[in-house]
Amino acid sequence: MTAVSLNHYLVVSGILLVIGVFGIFLNRKNVIIILMAIELILLAVNLNLVAFSAALNDLTGQVMAMLVLTVAAAEAAIGLAIVLVYFRNRGSIQVEDVNLMKG
Amino acid sequence: MIVDVFFWLFAAVLLISATLVVVSKNPVHSVLFLILAFFNAAALFLIAGAEFLAMILVVVYVGAVAVLFLFVVMMLDIDFEELRGGLQRYAGIGAAVGAALLIEFAIALGGWKLAPNAERLRMSPIPTDVSNTQALGRILYTDYLFLFQAAGLVLLVAMIGAIVLTLRDRKSSRHQVIAVQTARTVAETLEVVTISLGAGTTESGGFLRPKQPEPEPEPEPAHGHH
Repeated sequence: MTAVSLNHYLVVSGILLVIGVFGIFLNRKNVIIILMAIELILLAVNLNLVAFSAALNDLTGQVMAMLVLTVAAAEAAIGLAIVLVYFRNRGSIQVEDVNLMKG
Repeated sequence: MIVDVFFWLFAAVLLISATLVVVSKNPVHSVLFLILAFFNAAALFLIAGAEFLAMILVVVYVGAVAVLFLFVVMMLDIDFEELRGGLQRYAGIGAAVGAALLIEFAIALGGWKLAPNAERLRMSPIPTDVSNTQALGRILYTDYLFLFQAAGLVLLVAMIGAIVLTLRDRKSSRHQVIAVQTARTVAETLEVVTISLGAGTTESGGFLRPKQPEPEPEPEPAHGHH
């Protein structure tokens, strides 16, 4: 890392993760926004990995960031497919409507 | 210093657009702000020297994942205003959890330090003679080959899962059944009609005579799709 110190990156990614968690609580009804908030959280993780990789001069962090990227893409695809199937069955995507298995 | 200025610029836009992702009323705006956030995160990656990851972020996230979100948001016919209903109800809890998390991060950030032998514990130090992409490729296909294969497997499972989840067999859809096609005989395909000389075709029913009713399609086997 040349000019920007590691702590700056950690602050930014920490705030980003908090925004993502806050978004999950705020949009309790809309599954799509919740998925986007999860993407933000994973982006914060990636930012952390890359920052440490650059600060420690170790390339392993960037490989891990690539794997996180892969998992995030898979998660988005599966999550959106589930949202689609759920919308077909119930005509809504409200989280609070997911109570079919409630006894 | 100029790098610092750009770092804070990109970081500010990243955080503002991330906030707008979670608070904006229209989900389409949310997706667009998500794309903006990804672009700025890619710029931060560039500042940190991870050029390949920055490009991957733009290509994979902006090009694929965000567009997938956009497709789904626009495809579902949802009254999004209704979903904004209990927004204030949970804002307090969310703010409380967020504040607690932020305080924890602040405490952790104030107290952490690198291990004294962190330099020795590095698994793959960044080589200075090759570019970032080449260095990444060198270790990704050697030291981390199994992780790479596992990532491919995860993507394969995700692809098959998404297809299986969303594929549906409509009753009205007309699949090609090759067995039925090849089992057709000449008798049910062609009809030879003798037309008396000079009478014209109208008297014998015309060219477009009422077709024979199609036989009921065979009940489909319970397993699998065509």
